[in-house]
Amino acid sequence: MSFINLKDKIVQVKIVYYGPGRCGKTTNLEYINKTYRKQIVSEMVSLKTHGDRTLFFDFLPFDMGKIKGYDIKIQLYTVPGQVKYNATRKLVLRGVDGIVFVADAMAKQREKNIRSLNQLHENLVSYKESIFKIPLVMQYNKVDLKEHGIPTLPIEVLEKDLNSRLKVPYFEASAITGYNVATTLKKIISSTVISIQKKLL
Amino acid sequence: MNYGIVSQEQLEQIDTILTDKLIKLGVDCVIIIDMAGNIITAKDNGESKYDVYSFAALAAGNFATVDAMAKLVGEQEFSLLFHKGQDSNIHFSKIDDELLLISMFGKDISLGFLRLNVVDVIDKIRLVWDRK
Repeated sequence: MSFINLKDKIVQVKIVYYGPGRCGKTTNLEYINKTYRKQIVSEMVSLKTHGDRTLFFDFLPFDMGKIKGYDIKIQLYTVPGQVKYNATRKLVLRGVDGIVFVADAMAKQREKNIRSLNQLHENLVSYKESIFKIPLVMQYNKVDLKEHGIPTLPIEVLEKDLNSRLKVPYFEASAITGYNVATTLKKIISSTVISIQKKLL
Repeated sequence: MNYGIVSQEQLEQIDTILTDKLIKLGVDCVIIIDMAGNIITAKDNGESKYDVYSFAALAAGNFATVDAMAKLVGEQEFSLLFHKGQDSNIHFSKIDDELLLISMFGKDISLGFLRLNVVDVIDKIRLVWDRK
């Protein structure tokens, strides 16, 4: 549920990066934080374990400028990817407006991507939301690993596994180098803002 | 999906309640957030400079976690959520299923006195909110 403040003309939009453990959700946010430092007023908040794994969420707020006189404040969250943390994943999804599903393109992670996407579907259902209706963008991360000789899944396979029914926009990406990180972000912001506009009209 | 929209008039009324009942009492900063971590309104004494957006995200997470723990031990909710520090303290109070009132205050105010006022504030805010 995005929150709209008619007095100060502010719209707050919640976008969540979801995906299996170690797929690069936090790396996406870190890259955005580093690259767009000037636009970001606050520090990125990361709640992580000693082993540098996300424990609860990462949070990165930034201003996107104005649309029709309203200040758009984008709030990016990640969920903890590890299987055991589904209770906290669900908490982070509360009131979500748009989702980036970060899939790990490494061949050995194929199963985990599918399982994570299925759980996203279930978690959304528990909030009476539908994965088919909520603004969603797929990001196939770690495509740079191919160059290092690590087996990755071809895009056709990822598309078939994850996006054959959803048919949402997708991007190959490499969060660590920044390849398509901004493209993914722009796409989810525009889909989400359009969806909010539609619901308000 | 219902969007949280609050009118200018309602916000002004809520802001007045917060200022009269809490800020004038000596509370440093009061924030009303929803459970998704969005800020509904924030009022401060003009001196405190908190990063309220990060604060709201963390507070919503914190509250949701404690709420989930309550359910695990068979409680409906833990109604008092309070963090005490050397110089500043934070008090959380649920307004309804969607809204949370957070007060940050120093050592000049006693917790009991704050709680009494918070109860009063919440009653008044509910009246404004229900008119939505």
